[in-house]
Amino acid sequence: MSLSVPDLNFRVIAPALIVALTALIVLLAELVTPAPRKRWLGVLGLIGLLIAAGATVGLWGAPASAFGGMVVADNFGLFLTLVILLGAALSILLALDFVRAHRVDQGEYYVLVLFAVVGMILMATATDLIVIFLALELLSLPLYILAAFKRADARSLEAGLKYFLLGAFSSAFFLYGIAFIFGGTGTTNLMKIADALAKNPRNDLLLVGAGLLLVGFAFKVALVPFHWWTPDVYDGAPTAVTAFMSVGVKAAAFGAFFRAFLVALPAFAFDWRIVLAALAVLTMTLGNVAALLQSNVKRMLAYSSIAHAGYILIALVAMGASGLSSALFYLLAYTLTNLGAFGAVIALSDGERERLEIRDWGGAARQYPFIAAMFAIFMLSLAGFPPLAGFTGKFLIFSAAVETGWAWLAVIGVLNSLVSAYFYLRPIVQMYMSEPVPGWDRIRVAPLVALALVLALIGVIALGLYPTPAIVMATGGFLR
Amino acid sequence: MPVDYLPILVMIAIVTAFAVIALTLSAMTGPRRPNPTKLSPYESGMPPFGSARRRFSIKYYLTAVLFILFDIEIIFFYPWAVLFRDLGWFGLSAMGTFMLVLLIGYVYVWRKGGFEWD
Amino acid sequence: MESIPFYFLAALAVLAALGVVVMRDPVYSALALAVVLTALAGLYVLLSAPFLAAAQVMIYAGAILILFVFVIMLLSPGREGDAPRGALKWQRPLAVIFGGALVAQLALVLLMTILPTGRGLYTPEYLAQIGSTQAVGAALFTDYLLPFEITSLLLLVAMVGVIVLAKKKS
Repeated sequence: MSLSVPDLNFRVIAPALIVALTALIVLLAELVTPAPRKRWLGVLGLIGLLIAAGATVGLWGAPASAFGGMVVADNFGLFLTLVILLGAALSILLALDFVRAHRVDQGEYYVLVLFAVVGMILMATATDLIVIFLALELLSLPLYILAAFKRADARSLEAGLKYFLLGAFSSAFFLYGIAFIFGGTGTTNLMKIADALAKNPRNDLLLVGAGLLLVGFAFKVALVPFHWWTPDVYDGAPTAVTAFMSVGVKAAAFGAFFRAFLVALPAFAFDWRIVLAALAVLTMTLGNVAALLQSNVKRMLAYSSIAHAGYILIALVAMGASGLSSALFYLLAYTLTNLGAFGAVIALSDGERERLEIRDWGGAARQYPFIAAMFAIFMLSLAGFPPLAGFTGKFLIFSAAVETGWAWLAVIGVLNSLVSAYFYLRPIVQMYMSEPVPGWDRIRVAPLVALALVLALIGVIALGLYPTPAIVMATGGFLR
Repeated sequence: MPVDYLPILVMIAIVTAFAVIALTLSAMTGPRRPNPTKLSPYESGMPPFGSARRRFSIKYYLTAVLFILFDIEIIFFYPWAVLFRDLGWFGLSAMGTFMLVLLIGYVYVWRKGGFEWD
Repeated sequence: MESIPFYFLAALAVLAALGVVVMRDPVYSALALAVVLTALAGLYVLLSAPFLAAAQVMIYAGAILILFVFVIMLLSPGREGDAPRGALKWQRPLAVIFGGALVAQLALVLLMTILPTGRGLYTPEYLAQIGSTQAVGAALFTDYLLPFEITSLLLLVAMVGVIVLAKKKS
């Protein structure tokens, strides 16, 4: 038997490899770290993420593929890798004090975050459906566990169970889709699927497979009508976990979503663009309308994240270079802004008590002027006010849609943004106009959480005022 | 080739037939004089107590999941073992990496007391 | 003639799968699932993939099914339907409609499609020559090396998860 060793180009998977090694080291270190020093494991994880970010930058601009075309290091994947690493690093900063306040100060927390990051990076850089599926599982499994991480809290356990059951259900759709695609083309490699499609454009099996794949992706990025799990899971999971998964999963899953549909299935674009446009309209509208009705900040942010998935979907419908770069920029802006918003919730929590209801935020501006101001800025950025990152992102996506002849979709997007302004402004009004709510003692804001908030704030303002470098970086495109 | 599995099929047929015939014959020919002792489930001579349908401890679940995870690991040894010579050092290092990751998991589970009942 | 075992096993799998869904007692569902998984192992044998069949029996019909039974016992078994329901009543007709639509759609496509008749690399003759387990190994350690190594991380995460969620804190 002749065996050919695949091209083992470890450089290409260096970022994921470094994070995986860090996770293994942290897992072993957890065994010998005494309880009061567990936070150093988080610091260890942060160092690993920084080194991985360095490796990612080192790969920039020289697209390469490895392992028989299963993963690539192209600028699209590397940009998302950086977004994921940034989101993970900020969320670990948020978690270092959070886990102690919630008495879940265990090294496993960071281990699971790091393994989820490995899955996310692989998902954003994979060019083979098998790897995309395994990466999807590798990012989902730790998140199911993290959602249930606060074992003493029944709501956290419920969130974990719900997320697991619906996630497993959607994985089955995804896998079934892969099977159909393999049946129709004889391959799971995205480029080879495109080749097979070019030779034989009528392929019903592939079409069915693509539809099932779409369901799997729609579950993960929470598109209406596959979004039911989102509010319950985001609400029930520990806030630091919610912050991490709301940004990381979106970046990774949208990365694979874009790559699968734009690299493998452009020949079907006429069909799926209409479907996705309809999903985008549904997702934006239902997400924003449902967010209007929420009195709980975490649920409001959950529905807001659904709506943002709708905006990003517009970029996929638009296709083309401008659609791609606008989506990448939007994911970066969303990561910073959303982490900031959840970070503010963590910053003002009193031990295990969090200001979950919007009315709890009354008078917060008087007690905590800086945190309140930052929270207000994050809310304004989510709503899309200039000159903040959220505005630039929306502007790029809507103009990409107009450019490619989807002006009506952009108009619906703009109308939705107007609606969303109402519920994003509500907590701001509450903070600045209402009297302080009794029962909330003055607390000391954890310095690391404040640091994470300031970092996110700098990013949000910088991306709003001077977006050009990030936009240039986002226009790298795929390696096909 | 699937034809090679014919003996297994024949065996399944014989076993099924034997079970059906034995049960039918004994039901038809044997006398039926039930009493409570005869009707109670056979528990290796122990008197049965309680219902079998009670909640089990989560410890069983812990053990079962850990068993499955290492069971899956072992399955991957077969394709490697049959190609051990062809794959050479490359296969050894590939399998070594795989095993190392799971060994770390083993050490973790062990140190956390996952193999202990209490 | 050749396809008789296939249709037998396929029908067995589908019937047993229906049993999994229809049975009211979860323990019976688990037993029906054992039949499904074993029938699938038989189908793998027909496809000249005895290694997969053995793995299927060892992992699924053996280990995972035992886990299923443990979980059923863990959840304090009772017949389905004893639990109060009603809040989600409207889901039932919707599930039937959408599930039926999905099945009809898949069936339609499969009936419409002329399945490719060309044979791939792994013909029964080729597999008989090199051996089924060897074929799996050759694919696993060359083309699918990266997925193989990712699997080890996945198993490790599951280990961490089971300790974090199910082990009593000392």
